[in-house]
Amino acid sequence: MQYLFSVIAEGPAQATQEEQAAVDVFNDRVIAEGHWVFGGGLGETVSATVIDSRGAGEPIFSDGPYVESKEYLAGFWVIEAADLDVALKLAAEASHACNRKVEIRPFLQPE
Amino acid sequence: MTGTTGATDATDAREAVTRAHHEEWARVVATLTKRFGDLDIAEEAAAEAFAAAVEHWPADGVPPNPGGWLTTTAHRKAIDRVRRENKRDDKHKEAQLLSDDERPEPVGAIEDDRLRLFFICCHPALAPETRVALTLRMVGGLTVPEIARAFFVQETAMGQRITRAKAKIKAARIPYRVPDAQDLPARVSGVLAVLFLVFNEGYLATGPDSDPVRQDLTAEAIRLARLIRTLMPQDGEAAGLLALMLLIEARRSARVAAGELVALDEQDRGAWDPGLIAEGHRLVRERLATGQAPGRYQVLAAINAVHTSARDYRDTDWTQIVALYDQLVRLDRSPVVALNRAIAVAELDGPNVALAAVDGLADRLDGYHAYHAARADLLRRLGRSGESRAAYDRAIELAGNTAEVAYLTRRRDQLV
Repeated sequence: MQYLFSVIAEGPAQATQEEQAAVDVFNDRVIAEGHWVFGGGLGETVSATVIDSRGAGEPIFSDGPYVESKEYLAGFWVIEAADLDVALKLAAEASHACNRKVEIRPFLQPE
Repeated sequence: MTGTTGATDATDAREAVTRAHHEEWARVVATLTKRFGDLDIAEEAAAEAFAAAVEHWPADGVPPNPGGWLTTTAHRKAIDRVRRENKRDDKHKEAQLLSDDERPEPVGAIEDDRLRLFFICCHPALAPETRVALTLRMVGGLTVPEIARAFFVQETAMGQRITRAKAKIKAARIPYRVPDAQDLPARVSGVLAVLFLVFNEGYLATGPDSDPVRQDLTAEAIRLARLIRTLMPQDGEAAGLLALMLLIEARRSARVAAGELVALDEQDRGAWDPGLIAEGHRLVRERLATGQAPGRYQVLAAINAVHTSARDYRDTDWTQIVALYDQLVRLDRSPVVALNRAIAVAELDGPNVALAAVDGLADRLDGYHAYHAARADLLRRLGRSGESRAAYDRAIELAGNTAEVAYLTRRRDQLV
C-alpha cells in the first residue's frame, strides 16, 4: 500500500540546515527499511505554473499556484507501508524531522 | 391452548432475539469483519441475520445455539453479497471463498476480534464524533436512527458519517488488529474516552428538549465498558472506567427529582443502588490490591467510592477525597480537575480557601457553567449574595442540562 505524505508549510519553504539534516536521517531510515518510494522538496509557489489543456484550443498557461493560500505544499514523500498505523508512525517522524505538518493520503488501490 | 402457547412462544422468541442482539451483535460483526476484511459487509450481513432471526425464530423456534445460528446466517448473507459483487470476476475468487468457508475458527480468537472491532472504531485517524457513532453502530449494535436521535443529528447526516468512516477505513487501510504494545496504552485510552463520552452525554444530557438523564446512553456505555473490561481483564483503566460509571449510575435515581438536579449533599442516599455500589467498590478494591499506580479513571472511581461509602454527606471523608484529587491533578492538568479539587477543598478548609483556588481558574474556565456554579455556591456560603447572584446568572446562561438549569435557578432565587 502506498501513501502520499504531503508536507504542509506555512512561512519559509526552505528547510533550515537542522531540518534538512533531520530529513536526511529520516530518508536514510525509510530507504533502509524498505518504505521509500519517492520524495523531494518543491520549489517555492511563485515558481508554479498552472496548465489547462482541457479545451480543444491551445493550452492555457497561468503564472503562479492554482490556489493562493497561506499554507502550501512544500514537498512530499511516497511511502510504502503495510497499513495506516505503520504510515502514521512514519508520518509522525517525518513531520518531526521536517518540522512541518504532514498530510497522509492513500493512493487508490486497483480494483 | 395452542393459541396461548403460540403467543408465548412468539414473545419468548422476540425476547431471545433482543437478548441475542445484546450478547451476539459485536461478536457476529467482529467475526465477519475478520473473515471478509470489510466492516461494511460485516455490518450489513449482521443486520440481515438479525432480521432473519426476527422473521424465523417466532415461527420455527429459537435455535439451540442462537449465536452460532446468527454467525452462520450472517456468513451466508455476506458470501451472497460478495458473489453478487464479484459476478463478473473469475471463478478463482469464489473458489477461495469456499475454501475459506471450510477453515475452522480458533475458539479463543473471537474474543480478540471484538477487541479489534473496538480499536478500529476508535482509531485516532477518525474524528472523535465519528468514533462514537461507529462504536455504537459496530460494537453496540445501535441502528443509525437510534444513534442519530441520541446525538440530535439528522439521520441522513449520521448515516453519511458512518458510511464515510467505513470508506476511510477501507481506502486508507486502517488495520483490524490490536495495536502494538508500544501504542496500546494510548489506543486503549482512546477507546475508553469514547465510552466515557457516551456515558457523559447520558449522564448530563444537553439540549433543551432532552431528558436530563438519558438512561439509554448510560446503560449502553456501561454495557460496552463491561465488554472492554472482559476483553482486557488486566487493564487497570478499563476496570477504573467501569467502576466510575457504576458508582455514578448507582446515584442516578437520586440525582434528579421533579425535573431538578439534586446536589450530592441533598440526595436521598437510601435511593442509591446498593448492587451497583457494591460492584463498583469491588472493582476499586481489586485495583488497589494490585499495587499498580492508578490512571485517572481509577482515581476518579476511588473518589466516587469514598462518596458512596458515606452513609450521610456529613460522614464524607474529605481528607481522603482531597488527597485523591491531589493525585488526580498530577495525572490530569485540566482546569476542570482543579475546579473539582477546589470544591472538595471547601469542605475541608472552608469556602474562602476554595474560592481563591476557583478564582485562579477564571481565564481558563470562564465559558464553563460548572465554574460559575461552583463560584456561586462558594460566594453564597460566604454571604456575598450579590456576587453569588451574578455567578448563578452566568452558570444558568451557560448550562445545557435542563435539570441543572432548574437547580441553579432555584438556588439563585433562594438567595437573600
